[in-house]
Amino acid sequence: MCFAVPARVVKINNLIATIDAHGARKDISLLLLSEEVKMGDYVLVHAGFAIQKVDEDAAKDALNLLREIAEAIE
Amino acid sequence: MIDLIKDLFGKIGSPVNLMEVCGTHTTAIFKHGIKALLPEGLKLLSGPGCPVCVTPIKDIDKVIAISMRNDVILATFGDMIRVPGGEKSLSKAKAEGADIRIIYSPLDCLDIGKENKDKKVVFFSAGFETTAPSVAATIFEADRLGVDNFYVYSAHKLVPPALEALLQSGNAMIDGFMLPGHVCTIIGNRPYEFIPAKYSKPCVITGFGAEDILAGIAMLLKQAIDGRAAVEIQYRSVVRVDGNQRAKDFINEYFGVCSSYWRGIGLIDNSGLRLSEKRRHRDAERVFDIDVIDYPEPSGCQCGLVLQGIKIPPECPLFGKSCTPERPVGACMVSSEGSCAAYYKYRQ
Repeated sequence: MCFAVPARVVKINNLIATIDAHGARKDISLLLLSEEVKMGDYVLVHAGFAIQKVDEDAAKDALNLLREIAEAIE
Repeated sequence: MIDLIKDLFGKIGSPVNLMEVCGTHTTAIFKHGIKALLPEGLKLLSGPGCPVCVTPIKDIDKVIAISMRNDVILATFGDMIRVPGGEKSLSKAKAEGADIRIIYSPLDCLDIGKENKDKKVVFFSAGFETTAPSVAATIFEADRLGVDNFYVYSAHKLVPPALEALLQSGNAMIDGFMLPGHVCTIIGNRPYEFIPAKYSKPCVITGFGAEDILAGIAMLLKQAIDGRAAVEIQYRSVVRVDGNQRAKDFINEYFGVCSSYWRGIGLIDNSGLRLSEKRRHRDAERVFDIDVIDYPEPSGCQCGLVLQGIKIPPECPLFGKSCTPERPVGACMVSSEGSCAAYYKYRQ
């Protein structure tokens, strides 16, 4: 029930964004975000609301951390 | 990645039990066949993080009673309607004539409300911190748009107090927690810091892909090897240390914390959310003031022990016999995120 998916923002009209999730377009609310969202950004969508902006650079940090763990045990 | 996990586990040299708290993790773990990849002695136990599973019979029965009123349209998420109450489920009530709608977003209720001004639209809302801000923001929108016939029946629950109750009881043997990535997207790290501080258990906030889950397990094992316990974030693309402040503000503005009964587990202090005093005119539980008979849990059902990681579903005498996804007895067999439903679907 805490299911949420990342989706790309293709249109913004005030606090409503149109997202593209695997080809399906849907309008969602941006009310729960304080960060500015631009077209092309990815947001995490749950129950009709964007609940966070997706930060791919931060995801890479997690991969680096794992690499460090692997190196440390070798 | 699996080799890394095997190497790390080999260094520990004794059995390790990790709890995946979230039902969405449980489903993903089964879907990706992760349990079969893990070395013997490294176990994943499902936790209490399935909102449908922990919603008490009494809430289901009260909502059914509300749904049977002629002036009510009841809306809810799909998983809720098959959960058995004391006598029947919402889907049975629907077959008997109640106007019950399955919705994708609480915002859908506002359209229903605008189109049916002579009816009261009641949203039966279950879920954790992930979902509560969306419900709060929907109330904000209802106020803004003047949708006065929108009400919420809140069966909302909070994850950290349930984990505290679990740890306090000492019944489950858990060496570390894979924390729910989307709940933490909202609330961040800090509400879990009591787990390493008071109970010395490693915690990793984990994403939902197969690689994420394996990475979360590796990070938990690394903490154990290093002899430290902390709340770490694997799911960094969306989880920030402080979560989503605006979403937290919405929860605090529209809800108040209350003690809450968890199906199969019992009453847990400060583990629920009900609408705040200021919004009591939209609180279906207070507006309709319905009382129903108390029904006990179904005889033999082990959902409570499954939700605490004390038993696994095949250890329940009803599992796969009188309790199946087609004819569920316990709530853990109903929800697609329930541990029993996942064990049943992916059983060997």
